Amino acid sequence: MRLPACLPVLLLVAAVLLPVLAGLAGTLLPAFGHLPALGAVGWSLDPWRRLLDEPGLAAALRLTLVSGFGATALALLSVALFCAAFHDRPLFRRAQLWLAPLLATPHLAMGVGFLALAAPSGLLVRLLAPLLGLDRPPDLATVNDPWGLALLLGLALKEAPWLLLVSLAALNQIPAARLMATARLLGQPAPVAWLKVVFPLVYRQIRLPLHAVLAYSLGTVEMALLLGPGSPPPLAVLPVRWFLDRDLGMTFPAAAAATLLLVLTLAAILLWEGAAALAGRAGRRWAASGVAAGARLVRLGGWLLPLLLLLALGSLGAVLLWSVAGPWRFPDLWPRRLDFATWAAHREGLLALAEATLRVALPATALALALSVAALEAVARHGRAAWPWLLGLSYLPLLLPQTAFLLGLQVLLLQLGLDGGLPAVLWAHLVFVLPYVLLVLAAPWEALDPRLARSAAALGAGPLRMLCMVKLPVLLRPLLAAAAVGVAVSVGQYLATLFAGGGRYATLTTEALALASGGDRRVLGVFAALQAGIPLACYALALLLPRWLWRRRAGLRAA
Amino acid sequence: MRLQRRALAPVLAGLAAALRPATAGAANATDVPAAPPREDVPAAAPWERLLRRAAGQSVNFHAWAGDARTNAFISWTADRMEALHRIRLRHIRLRDTAEAVARVVAERAAGQDSGGAVDLVWINGPNLLAMKQQGLLRRIADDLPNFALVDTTGKPATVTDFTVPVEGLASPWRMAQVVFIHDAARLPEPPRTMLAMADWARAHPGRLTHPNARDFLGATFLKQALYEMVPDPAALARPATEATFTLLAAPLWEWYRALRPHLWRQGRTFPESGPAQRNLLNDGEIDLMISFNPAEAAAGIADGLLPETTRSYVLQGGTIGNCSFVGIPFNAAQPEAAMVVADFLLSPEAQAEAADPRKLGSPTVLDLDRLKPGDRQRFDDLPRLPGMLGPAALGQPLPEPHPSWMTRLTADWERRTAGGAR
Repeated sequence: MRLPACLPVLLLVAAVLLPVLAGLAGTLLPAFGHLPALGAVGWSLDPWRRLLDEPGLAAALRLTLVSGFGATALALLSVALFCAAFHDRPLFRRAQLWLAPLLATPHLAMGVGFLALAAPSGLLVRLLAPLLGLDRPPDLATVNDPWGLALLLGLALKEAPWLLLVSLAALNQIPAARLMATARLLGQPAPVAWLKVVFPLVYRQIRLPLHAVLAYSLGTVEMALLLGPGSPPPLAVLPVRWFLDRDLGMTFPAAAAATLLLVLTLAAILLWEGAAALAGRAGRRWAASGVAAGARLVRLGGWLLPLLLLLALGSLGAVLLWSVAGPWRFPDLWPRRLDFATWAAHREGLLALAEATLRVALPATALALALSVAALEAVARHGRAAWPWLLGLSYLPLLLPQTAFLLGLQVLLLQLGLDGGLPAVLWAHLVFVLPYVLLVLAAPWEALDPRLARSAAALGAGPLRMLCMVKLPVLLRPLLAAAAVGVAVSVGQYLATLFAGGGRYATLTTEALALASGGDRRVLGVFAALQAGIPLACYALALLLPRWLWRRRAGLRAA
Repeated sequence: MRLQRRALAPVLAGLAAALRPATAGAANATDVPAAPPREDVPAAAPWERLLRRAAGQSVNFHAWAGDARTNAFISWTADRMEALHRIRLRHIRLRDTAEAVARVVAERAAGQDSGGAVDLVWINGPNLLAMKQQGLLRRIADDLPNFALVDTTGKPATVTDFTVPVEGLASPWRMAQVVFIHDAARLPEPPRTMLAMADWARAHPGRLTHPNARDFLGATFLKQALYEMVPDPAALARPATEATFTLLAAPLWEWYRALRPHLWRQGRTFPESGPAQRNLLNDGEIDLMISFNPAEAAAGIADGLLPETTRSYVLQGGTIGNCSFVGIPFNAAQPEAAMVVADFLLSPEAQAEAADPRKLGSPTVLDLDRLKPGDRQRFDDLPRLPGMLGPAALGQPLPEPHPSWMTRLTADWERRTAGGAR
């Protein structure tokens, strides 16, 4: 019997959507009072009443909105101004080089570093301490502040490089030079011209990643725990905290809070697009008016992104420094001594956790690669118009708050007795790894020169041989890049590990977050450094391996 | 909110009641036989049999993981269990013990009466009460050979946890007592009462804080103050009702309202846990912190986490002390091996290791007079480090109030501090 040609596509979509939809159901039902395992059958609005009675709810909502919208807007603004100001400078191309380590670093490690930089006793204040005559840290909430500004900034640090990367990719598909030439002929200074004629086209291309940034910023738990205030916390923390309460009845308001977060996120995406449409209309009027002023302002604003990137790199540096620091009190700018004592003291634990982390990350990435290659091949070979659209469904997890379906998934897994095991954790990670791997692979796969396949076929190669001997070698670089991204995504997963693992599957990420609530900063530095080190090593490998493998094949090296 | 939360309790209690027969059966089936040993069989025989069964099993030990030294101690225990009994001890690292309780409750709700995720849990206070009330714990203490060494009379907290009789449902393993820690170089004369602490904070704004009251140590800070403000502490031994709580906690909240604006960050945010305060003290952000470990200052100095001039003290009226327990849930997957671990935690070897201020520095639960000379020597050989308090300086600890006080204090505190700025 011949398998239907669309099977790989369906398999991929099912691998992602099955847990997501089941999880959403598992969240929505208790949110409306239905959870037979706890003896609650039928509909009720009690969970919502209890949620609304929560005294900190209004503040939690405010926090989430400020940090979520703020981080997304700041990241986009900095990227747009940077591109506008520097698109014609050598600095622009070099920026890409700086991006790799920042993209590889998981959110948590970046957040830990930002904490070490920006806290009242952090490196930045220590730099200023001699000038200000401080012998104690100032009593200012520079992190964990009640407005969520530190959370906003910490998120922007991580999201801005990612938006810059996708913007650069989008720029390659736009006739930017031609548009710019026309605008310049009309007397527009370069930065203004870029914003007027190129940016709208870039924006259209990066909409999906931008929505993912918004959804992540609104729904992140790990960053909120790290950089946000504790009482009340941002909305995303509430369902997790309640779900882990010893009173099982708190599952109901937890589910309601997760549902509220879901609605909020979907509404936020709509709201964002509405605002973008209004901004677009205003932008068209601005472009049509021919006003050429503002170039200086844009050039100045262009430095916002380099500043963010510098802060992000500084955060990475701070993590590394703490990991090798001896005693290090405020206001000393440098540790009393540097050694590897902390690494040595935790060697066994680090090795065990790194192994546990990779035991999920590697199979999840391999599975994601296999599913993606199979699906993309199916599309390339028998592509029907609807299939790419079908594949697009797998991006859904990136647009939803994680809590909304992971909470329900945990409820279901618990009932089935499946939580806590490696398979459950693996699948939960796959839900997040797959969309990213697909995202990285889709464009190169489509862009592959069809003549290669035709030549191979003409030489008598069957589909499988063509894939293995021609396509995969030519696409080695994007394949390795996708693998590196996959590992980075998996290593960074906090909530998926916590919930699918029933709290019993420990990885570097869960451990780092457990330590972040106030343990020894040196130990935290070690765990965060290793958490960042694994994806960094994978990125480096993805960059260097093709060069070495194809060192005698100039054509492939250029590919 | 709290009231409606309570409204669900009967549902859960009903569920619990419905499942209880199965629970009790399961517990009896695997428990060590309680029958007195016959003349011709050595008394240790059942324990020997249990040891043989336990060999090769692995134990999931759910324990709060917020303290690096405790984690290291558990990891040491794991090494010893592997060496002594071929038992694999896995530390399941919790942010909050309630997670493990929720886990067991959920498993029972799902009808899982064996093969549960939790084999052993570090527990006390409201969590222990919750598990006891719902019948989620096995009766273990009397079957542990080393339990006979516990100083149950001199240290009543080893058998009465937060006024609640433990009834053998959990086994003690470490004593704790509230101390306050300060850097003597910055603060030579710290306030000696909670009332004085408020005056001191007013004169030194931003130099005092306490952990978030959702954290057990944060709640303990409030309880310690409550002790000072109630006319008769005996009232705290009885369960708190709406009426008694409102009446007796009123002066506490008045004191706290006056104190809070002068706390670190104007009392708008709080460290998430006890250890989080240590970084603040080390950097000089605060001058004073509460701790549950009399050796914390000494340990912090040794680890380079606190300045060498750090010292500890207890308040004039004494400070709250309690005991940490380990319990075995009714549906534990490996109850025998968990028993062996619980017994090892009571052994002179483990107790001396825990009491070593270079390792953990927790006062022992054992009665040293009942130990063999060699075992006694382990304790006599322990060093005294600068910054730590001996038994004499600690004095007789104040007993913990009934858990309901803690639960209500936490809830009330959350309500009062919600919304951040005030």
